[in-house]
Amino acid sequence: MYAQMIKSTGQNVKSPEEMDPQERAFQERVDAGEKIEPKDWMPEGYRRTLIRQIGQHAHSEIVGQLPEGNWITRAPTLERKAILLAKVQDEAGHGLYLYCAAETLGVSRDHLTRDLLSGKMKYSSIFNYPTLTWADMGAVGWLVDGAAIMNQVPLQRTSYGPYARAMVRICKEESFHQRQGFDIMMKMANGTEAQRKMAQDALNRFWYPSLMMFGPSDENSVHSAQNMAWKIKMNTNDELRQKFVDQTAPQAAFLGLTIPDEHLKWNEARGHYDFSEPDWDEFFDVLKGNGPCSADRMEARNRAWDEGAWVREGLLAHAEKKKARKVAAE
Amino acid sequence: MTDPLFEFLCRLGDNTLVLGHRVSEWCGVAPVLEEDIALANTALDLIGQTTMWLNLAGEVEGAGRDADALAFRRDVWDFRNLLLVEQPNGDFGQTMMRQFLFDAWHVLYLTELEKSSDARVAAIAEKSLKEARYHLDRASETVIGLGDGTEESNARMQAALDRLWPYVGEMFDSDAVDMDMVAKGIAPDPGTLRPGFDATVNPVLRKATLTRPESDFAHRGGRSGARHSEHLGHLLTQMQWLQRAYPDATW
Ligand SMILES: [Fe+2]
Ligand SMILES: [Fe+2]
Ligand SMILES: [Fe+2]
Repeated sequence: MYAQMIKSTGQNVKSPEEMDPQERAFQERVDAGEKIEPKDWMPEGYRRTLIRQIGQHAHSEIVGQLPEGNWITRAPTLERKAILLAKVQDEAGHGLYLYCAAETLGVSRDHLTRDLLSGKMKYSSIFNYPTLTWADMGAVGWLVDGAAIMNQVPLQRTSYGPYARAMVRICKEESFHQRQGFDIMMKMANGTEAQRKMAQDALNRFWYPSLMMFGPSDENSVHSAQNMAWKIKMNTNDELRQKFVDQTAPQAAFLGLTIPDEHLKWNEARGHYDFSEPDWDEFFDVLKGNGPCSADRMEARNRAWDEGAWVREGLLAHAEKKKARKVAAE
Repeated sequence: MTDPLFEFLCRLGDNTLVLGHRVSEWCGVAPVLEEDIALANTALDLIGQTTMWLNLAGEVEGAGRDADALAFRRDVWDFRNLLLVEQPNGDFGQTMMRQFLFDAWHVLYLTELEKSSDARVAAIAEKSLKEARYHLDRASETVIGLGDGTEESNARMQAALDRLWPYVGEMFDSDAVDMDMVAKGIAPDPGTLRPGFDATVNPVLRKATLTRPESDFAHRGGRSGARHSEHLGHLLTQMQWLQRAYPDATW
C-alpha cells in the first residue's frame, strides 16, 4: 500500500441525522456506488483527505523510482536493463497520473512536491529500505508491487472518479511489474549457489517491510472508519495484509525460499495463514524519517529539484518569450 | 585484421550502448517528471538498438558471442564508440547537448544506412531511424528552449556546447573500415555527412541564441578504440560488474 496512516477528519462518522442535506445527498451517492467528479459538491474533509492520500501515493511512485533506479546501471543483461528501465518509467508515469488526479481537487503538482521535499508530506515507508543485490529487483517487484496491487485493485472502485480511473491504468502495469519481479526471483532461486543466497537474503530483508506497507491495524481507527464510509479506503489494513500473506506464502514455497517467520503456518480453521506481525516500532521510526535510506531518498529528491531549477526556469522563460513573440507578430 | 563488418557493427552498437547507459543514469533525478519519463524512453530506445546491432555483430563474427557477451565481457580497448557518448552527463544541459549533437549525426547516418546493400543493416537502420528522429526533435527543442531561456540557462548551454564541440569531429572521420563499407555499399563515408550535419545543427544553435565554437579541433580515438577517455572504464566497471563477478550465472 502506497498510502499509509491517512488521517481523515478525526471525527466519528456522522449518522444521516447529523448530516446537513448536502452532506446526506453526497453520502447517498457514495453509498449507491456513484462516482464523485471534480465539479461535484464534496465535504471539505473528503477533499482534504483525498489530497493527502493521492498525494502520498504519487510521492511514493516518485521516490519509488530511486531504489530500483539504483540497479539500472548495473542490470546484468540488456534485456533486464530494458525491463527495469521500462518499469521505473511506468512508476514515473503513475506519479504523473496521480498528480493530475490530485490537481482536480485544487492542489498543484508543485505545491505537493514542495510538501514532499520539506518533509511535510510522506511517501510509503517501503522506499526507505536499500536495494543491495540484483535479487532485490526481483523482491521489490514480487513483494512491493504485489502489496501495492492488493491495495490498489479495490481502489479501482473508489468513490472519486479521477482517482478510480487512474487506478485502473496503474493496476494493469503493476501486475505486469509483479510478474517481472517474480520472474527475476525464479531465475535467482533456480540459479547458482550465490544467486540462491541473494534471493533468500532479499526475501529476508523485504518480508517485514512489505507487511508494514499495509500500515498497523486500523480496526478501531476513526480515520479509517470515515475513509471507508467515503469509499476512499475499501478494506482494513489487516484484511489486506492477510490477503497478501495468503497469496505470497505459496509463491515463496514454489520458489523454494523460506519466509523469515517461524510462526508462519496454514490455519485450517481460519482458512488463512497465521503469521507474525512486523516490528511496529521500526515502522514508526521509518515514518519519522529514520528509515535506513530516508535521508538518502530525501537528499536525492531535493538535489534533483534544486539542480533542476534552472532548467524549469529556462524552459518557462522560453515559453513566455515565444508567446510574446507570437502576440507581437499578430 | 578483424572483419571490417564486425568493426562497423560494434561502432554502431557501442555508440547506442554507451549513450543509453549514460542517459539511464538520470533515472529518477531529472529536473521534471516529464523529463524522467522522456529520458527513460530515450535510454530504452538506445538499448533496444544496441541489442539489434550487437546481436548482428556477434552473428557476423561467428564466435558464439551475442549482444550480452559483447556488451558485458569486453574491456575498454575493444569498445568502438565515439568519445562523445562516453562523456559524463554533467548537468541536464550538457546531457541534452550531447544528445542533440549525437542525434543530428545519427539521423543522417541511419538515413544512409537504410539504403545499405546488407539487408540486415538496412532493417535495423530503418527501425532505429524512427526513434532517432524523435530523439533529435526533442533534443533540438530542449536546446532551443534552454538556450533561449534565462541568462543562466543560456550560459549553461553555451558552456555545454563549448565543452562538447571538440568531440564532434570524430563523427566524420573515415578510415579503412569505412572505406571497406563504402566499397561494399554497406555504409556511407562519414566524411560526406558533415554538410548535412551543419545544416541540421546551425539553425538550431541560431534559434537557441548559442554561438558555434570557431575551432574545429577534434579529439579522436573512440571509434578506432585507440584511445578512449578515462570515463569509459568507470562506466564499464559499473555496467559489467555483475556479469564479471558471477561469470557462471545466468540472469
Ligand atoms: Fe506504480
Ligand atoms: Fe509501484
Ligand atoms: Fe510498479
